[in-house]
Amino acid sequence: MSEVAQKRTPLYDEHVRLGAKIILFGGWLMPVHYTSIVEEHQAVRNNVGIFDISHMGQLIAEGSGAQAWLNTMLTNNVDKLDVGTGQYTFLLNERGGIIDDLIVYRIDDDKFLLVVNASRTDEVFEWLKRHLRGGVKIENRSADFGGVAIQGPRVVELLHALFGKDVELPPRNAIVDLKFGGTNVSVARTGYTGEDGVEVFFRASDATKFWNAALETGKLFGIKPCGLGARDTLRLEMCYPLNGSDLSPERNPIEAGLGFFVDLTKPNFIGRDVLVRTKESGPREKLVPFRMKEKGPPPRPHYAVFENSERIGEVTSGTISPSLNWGVGMAYVSTPHANIGTKIDIEIRGQKFPAMIEKKPLYKKS
Amino acid sequence: MNVPDDLLYTESHEWIRRESENVRVGITDHAQSELTDVVYVELPKVDRQANAKEAIAVVESVKAASDIYAPVKGTVVEVNKALEADPGLLNREPYGQGWIFVLKLDNAEDLKQLKDAEGYRKQIG
Repeated sequence: MSEVAQKRTPLYDEHVRLGAKIILFGGWLMPVHYTSIVEEHQAVRNNVGIFDISHMGQLIAEGSGAQAWLNTMLTNNVDKLDVGTGQYTFLLNERGGIIDDLIVYRIDDDKFLLVVNASRTDEVFEWLKRHLRGGVKIENRSADFGGVAIQGPRVVELLHALFGKDVELPPRNAIVDLKFGGTNVSVARTGYTGEDGVEVFFRASDATKFWNAALETGKLFGIKPCGLGARDTLRLEMCYPLNGSDLSPERNPIEAGLGFFVDLTKPNFIGRDVLVRTKESGPREKLVPFRMKEKGPPPRPHYAVFENSERIGEVTSGTISPSLNWGVGMAYVSTPHANIGTKIDIEIRGQKFPAMIEKKPLYKKS
Repeated sequence: MNVPDDLLYTESHEWIRRESENVRVGITDHAQSELTDVVYVELPKVDRQANAKEAIAVVESVKAASDIYAPVKGTVVEVNKALEADPGLLNREPYGQGWIFVLKLDNAEDLKQLKDAEGYRKQIG
């Protein structure tokens, strides 16, 4: 039997102390929930929640050639980034398949921070090293950093209480360094929940101090520590993809409906040729959100999707949306069927349940 | 964690309450707290016959679907329809209004195979 890595984030002991249920996720021991997924989900929708994201990877690409090189590695256009701003992007294999979806920030003229998925960190780092060219240096700094996401409508109040009321917070997709205690933390205005929020990165040794300060100060604003369970239901309501479920090396960003983050006007990046062809001929399948027609069992990954009696695809993400109290999900379905309003059936334990293909996002604030 | 002394238990976290020739079955407080947020219960059909350890119901939380097993051999004589409208009963009252089904016992001797409260407490630590 092979040994499964069980890595702990610098906040692991805090999760245990708070009574979290711990699961193994991408090689990391992570909290799936502290009290209840639904409660934590609602805290983020109504007030504010804090998530440990220390498991995510941080890679630094640096050097005079870094910008040009990253543009041959990533789908989005790094030229568009001013210092202190970031963009969502993809790293593809030669077949156009998705190795990872990530955020790249320009943190200096010739220095970039890549925040990658936990389970893909080593693979992405090895891939980038293998494709490295002169004038660029790449480092895996994941072990040096901890991070939290603070998300919800009361996040700005909380950040003002935490950093001082005169602090200038970064606008959407920007990243700034702020003073916290005697140390610097990087605060990026981004997230994975559909709410206003930030992701904060700090030295691993500062993790506990920052986490506890945010929880303590956050009491005034109804903060809750939130686990991966709520992170998943929140992102699914927004139709944000999860790598490993909705994205994989067998799927490209056009099929996933994320062509917006691909700049085909760039002359060259790995996977580009395949994406150009996919765009010309149209993808064979498309990722679509759907909503169940009736109250019933939640849709789950790998359930088959039918239109009339024809099998047209497979669910990749599904749950009961805590905001809607209704079954929702995303599925890859063959393109001729992938239209908003199409009536489909989801097969659950041998029985078909009606659903309908919807527009993104599945949940909108009223 | 609440483990009432007057019930029997399975390794798969069902509780069993003897009611003369029948047993009423649900999931334990420990099980509901592990699952959290039950959002759907698929009940067995009345009159269905089941062997011990046969999966006959499904409890779904936000995160996952879990099979519920017949603790002993028997026939389903009653199911808790209230769970269809309010699956959260399983979280709120696991030993009360959150019961799942009633089995008519095939052989009352089979109950000897089940754990008592002490044995179940040991299992869940």
